[in-house]
Amino acid sequence: MNLIAFYVFALLIVASAITVITNRNPVASAVALAFNLVAIAAVFMLLDAQFIGLLQVIVYAGAIMVLILFVIMLLNLREEARAHPAGTFQRVLGPLATLVFAIVLGRAVYASAPSSFPEAAAGFGTAGSVGKELFTTFYYPFEAISLLLIVSMVGAVLLAKKKLS
Amino acid sequence: MDLVGILTSDVAIAVYKIGGVFSALMLCVSIMTWVERRVSAIIQYRLGPNRVGPFGLLQPIADGIKFIQKEDIIPAEASKLLYLMAPALAVIPALCAFAVIPFGPEVTIFGKAIKLVILDLDGGLLWAFAATGLGVYALVLAGWSSNSKFSLIGGLRSSAQMISYELPLVLSVTAVILITGTLRPMTIVEQQAGAFWHWNVFQGVPFLGFLLFTIAGYAETNRTPFDLPEAEGELVAGYHTEYSGMRFAAFFMGEYINMMTSSALGVTLFLGGWQIGVPTSWLPEPGWALWSMQIAAFVLKVAFFQFLYVWVRWTVPRLRYDQLMNLGWKGLLPASLANLAATAVVVVIQGP
Repeated sequence: MNLIAFYVFALLIVASAITVITNRNPVASAVALAFNLVAIAAVFMLLDAQFIGLLQVIVYAGAIMVLILFVIMLLNLREEARAHPAGTFQRVLGPLATLVFAIVLGRAVYASAPSSFPEAAAGFGTAGSVGKELFTTFYYPFEAISLLLIVSMVGAVLLAKKKLS
Repeated sequence: MDLVGILTSDVAIAVYKIGGVFSALMLCVSIMTWVERRVSAIIQYRLGPNRVGPFGLLQPIADGIKFIQKEDIIPAEASKLLYLMAPALAVIPALCAFAVIPFGPEVTIFGKAIKLVILDLDGGLLWAFAATGLGVYALVLAGWSSNSKFSLIGGLRSSAQMISYELPLVLSVTAVILITGTLRPMTIVEQQAGAFWHWNVFQGVPFLGFLLFTIAGYAETNRTPFDLPEAEGELVAGYHTEYSGMRFAAFFMGEYINMMTSSALGVTLFLGGWQIGVPTSWLPEPGWALWSMQIAAFVLKVAFFQFLYVWVRWTVPRLRYDQLMNLGWKGLLPASLANLAATAVVVVIQGP
């Protein structure tokens, strides 16, 4: 059951990822990316990491992608024209390099895959357990990231502010 | 596995619950379209639709038949796939969000304990926000793909509005989470058992959180006074100007389901969900009598908020766009932050 669900979502992830880069329309690409993020969230949920999965949807698909879409629409970008038509060199070497990379990656994943997967502990991946880890084990990295976010937020406000003359 | 085994398996029970909630929601949507038109008529001192069936109750069916018959128009130069997808994106997230709302207690049917909630998730509230957060795509994509200026402005307004009002909405819910200490809606409702002053609306800073949640909820569902994405006076019909027939109806379906989810979420978080609100000793023993009373309590509470939505819509005028943004960022956001801080203080003083 889980395996079937995984294959369905994995297929969705790959298909939407390909759409993101092949579609010439920026809005369609953004929507495909949003689909991709939701499908990845579903895979997180299948792996018992429900908190990460839900946050992925809320933060990335629900907030960041909407903002990106908002900007694309404001700029009113239309179909993107091909700047340079791909030459023979690119057409031959591009797929070849991709193929080699895929083989290397596939072999690495296959070689490092464990033969059996342990069951997740009770309460694994819930908001409570993730929160506990964040505020104990990963306390300093967590605070550093919070600081970084505040700095970037203040910077954004400062840049966007009208000059007080 | 024999037939009885299959019919009482967990998967089958989930299917029953999904089917039941789905049909109840669809029924409520059609009733709500009738209620909206009748109540607006009463408020404006006229009769409203009263010809089809008793009191005009069959009007939604007539509307449905009309919508199906209408020509499905796709504007020239429209981005076709996105244009066709947008109405579905309005309905699906709205339906998904309702999955985590508990509409009754844990009941025992034929010796099997069944929780009256489709998805009893530990992070249930996050699920609801994730689903409602995706609802904005429908408006934005409908606005953009229609290739019409009115639609585009409606879509832009909706994304700005929904992002702005999501903050006070989520912050007011965070205050409730501080009180309850859990994200699981079922547990939140169970904690509010007993007399009505145990409800979360009276905890922390009484009423403030609920008020903020309700106002932000109106903005999130694009209802008057915050219906700028479809402001008729300025934008024809906003993001769904170009839509016709069943696709146009799908946006309305999404809006009404969102209203239902927002009301149900408010009832669950602040007003005790399916709790009746009287001391437990007054109630009968757990059994069919108690369970049906509790489900009825939930339905009645949600129905009241549905009515409130309609009442407000035909009473309060629409805000101007700058007023809307000022209210959101300078009014509701600081107020909800203050509410969160004050609730934290109250929770610390009261102790665990």
